[in-house]
Amino acid sequence: MKRYFSWAVLVAGMGYFILPLVGLTEFSLSMRRGEYSFDAYAAVLADPTFRQTFSYSVVMALLTIAFGVLLVVPTAYWVRLKLPRLRPYVEFVTLLPLVIPAIVIVFGYIRMFNTSSWLPLTGSTTGTNLLLMFGYSTLSLPYMYRAVDTGLRTIDVATLTEAAQILGAGWVTILARLILPNVLVAVLSGAFVTFAIVIGEFTLAALLNRPAFGPYLQLMGANRAYEPMALAVIAFGITWACMGLIQLVTRFSKHTKAAR
Amino acid sequence: MAFLDIEHLEKSYGPTKVVKDFNLGVEKGEFVSFLGPSGCGKTTTLRMVAGFETPSQGTIRIDGRDMARLRPNHRNIGMVFQSYALFPNLTVAQNVAFGLKVAGEKREVIDERVAEMLDTIGLSDLGARYPFQLSGGQQQRVALARALAVRPQVLLLDEPLSALDAKIRVSLRGEIRAIQKKLGITTIYVTHDQEEALSMSDRIVVMHQGIADQVGTPFEIYNRPTTRFVANFVGTLTLLEAEVIDPALGKVRIGDTEAVLGRALPKGKITLAVRPEMISLGSVPGRETEVSGRIIDVDFLGSVIRLRAQIGDAVLVFDTFNSSRSVPPKVGATVTLSLAASDLLLIGE
Repeated sequence: MKRYFSWAVLVAGMGYFILPLVGLTEFSLSMRRGEYSFDAYAAVLADPTFRQTFSYSVVMALLTIAFGVLLVVPTAYWVRLKLPRLRPYVEFVTLLPLVIPAIVIVFGYIRMFNTSSWLPLTGSTTGTNLLLMFGYSTLSLPYMYRAVDTGLRTIDVATLTEAAQILGAGWVTILARLILPNVLVAVLSGAFVTFAIVIGEFTLAALLNRPAFGPYLQLMGANRAYEPMALAVIAFGITWACMGLIQLVTRFSKHTKAAR
Repeated sequence: MAFLDIEHLEKSYGPTKVVKDFNLGVEKGEFVSFLGPSGCGKTTTLRMVAGFETPSQGTIRIDGRDMARLRPNHRNIGMVFQSYALFPNLTVAQNVAFGLKVAGEKREVIDERVAEMLDTIGLSDLGARYPFQLSGGQQQRVALARALAVRPQVLLLDEPLSALDAKIRVSLRGEIRAIQKKLGITTIYVTHDQEEALSMSDRIVVMHQGIADQVGTPFEIYNRPTTRFVANFVGTLTLLEAEVIDPALGKVRIGDTEAVLGRALPKGKITLAVRPEMISLGSVPGRETEVSGRIIDVDFLGSVIRLRAQIGDAVLVFDTFNSSRSVPPKVGATVTLSLAASDLLLIGE
C-alpha cells in the first residue's frame, strides 16, 4: 500500500511539472491551423531582434562567468586557507541576493551610479553594460560561491598550497595551475547555472534599458501568441542543456576520481 | 657554523609555548630525525624551517643565510608531506616537473631531470599516470621525487610513512635513506616511530614538550638515554629505584640485591634502567648480578618472547629468542635472571 502511495505521489509530482511543459510545447507547435509545425520557431529565429538580444545575453553571460570566476575562486580559496573563521559571514553575504529582490538591487545601482554620482556608470553604454554584468554577478553569486566552495572542500587546500609554495610557486601560479584546475568541475557547474540565470533575466536588463534576451521574451509575450511559447521552450532547452553539461563534465572529469 | 643552524628557536600560540629554546646544528649531508610523541613540537619546528610558521624568537640559517625574511617559495627547500600532497590534476611526470617549470627551467632540462628522478624512485613507467591511479607507497615516492627534482639545499620529511602499511613502510624507509645517501642531501625527518628514527638517522633529536630532550646518534639515544622521558620513549626498559651505598665504587642497592656498576655515582637515591635484551634467563658468565623472580606475563612477539617477572616490588621486562627447541617459562614459574651491572643505565630527570 505504502509503495503504491509513493508511486502515486511521484506520478502526481511529475505530472505537475511536466504537463505545463507539454502544454507549452504543444501550443508552440500549433501556429499553423490544424497541424503541428515549427512555424513559431522559424518566425522567432528569423527575427533579427532575437539574434541581437540572444547574442547580447550570451556575451553578457560569458563576461559574468569570467568575472564571477575571478571574484569567487580567489575569495573562496582565501577564506578556506587563511580566514576559516570568516566563512559563515562570507556565506551569509553571498546568500543575500536570494533574499534581496533584483528590483531592489537595480534601484540601488541606479541610485549609486547615476549620471550625477561619483561614478556615473549609467552615463555610457559601456558603463551600463558593466553595471549589468556586476548585477548578474551578484544574482549568480550564491550559486557560484557554493559550487566553488563545495569543490574546494574536496581537496586539501592547505597542504596542496604548501606543497606548491615549497616548490617555488607564488599565489598566481598556485591559483591558476593548481586550485582552478582542481575545482574546474565545480566552477563549470557554477558557470552553467550563471549562464541559465543571465539568459532569462528580465528585471536588471529592463530597468537598465539594455537589449537583453529577457526583456525581448517579455516584449514578445505581450504582443504575440505562439512565438513567446517557442521562446520559452528555447529558454527551457538552454537551461536543461546547461544542467546536462554540468552532469557531463562531472562524469568525464579524469582526475577527480577517489583515491585508491 | 653548521650547514643548517637553528638557534634559540621558539614558537608560541597565545600563551602556549610549543617550541622552547630549540638549538640544533645539522651538517651538510646529515640525516637528522625529530622523534617524539604527538604535540611535542617536532612538526612545528620543521614547519618553521620550511617557512610555513613564523618563529616567535630565534634564528634559522641555511648555509649561513638567515631565513627569517624569506617566504617558503624562496628558501629552496624540498618537503614531503604525510598526506603525499600530490597535485591531483597533474600526472606523475607533471608533478615531478612542477618545481622545475616554476623555476623557469628549459624544456630539455625538465625532461631530463624528470626522467632521472623517476628512474631514481623506480617509477619510470608510470610517468603518465595520475596520482589516484597509484598506490600509497608509489604516491609517496613520487612526492619524494618531486621534492628532490628542484635540487633543494635541505629536504624536510614530515612523517612521510605514517599513512602506509607496515611492510611498505619498512621497504620505503630503506629506499629513502639510500636515495638521501646517494644524493648527499641534508635531511630532517619528523617521526613518532622510534624504529624509523633509529634505523634511518645519523642523529636523532628526541623532543618532549617543546624542548630537545636529547640529541645523539641512534646508538647513544638507545643505549645512553640521559632523561627519564628519552629512556621511556625510546625502546622498552624497566626503571629501578636504587640507593647508592658507595658512590666511588658505584655500589647500589636495588631492593634486596646489591650491584657494583663500576663507575662513580651521585650520593642518595637514583633511578636505574635496564633494557629487556640486557637480561638473561638463568645464570650467564659475565652477568654477575643475579635475582630471582616469578613470571607474571608472557608475550609471544614472533622472533622474540617478552616476559615480565615480579622481583620484590619491581617488575623486570626481559626478552628471550623464540626457538622451537626450548619452551619459555610459564606464568607462575620461578626463574633466575642475570645481568651485567655495567648494563644498568643511570637516568636523569
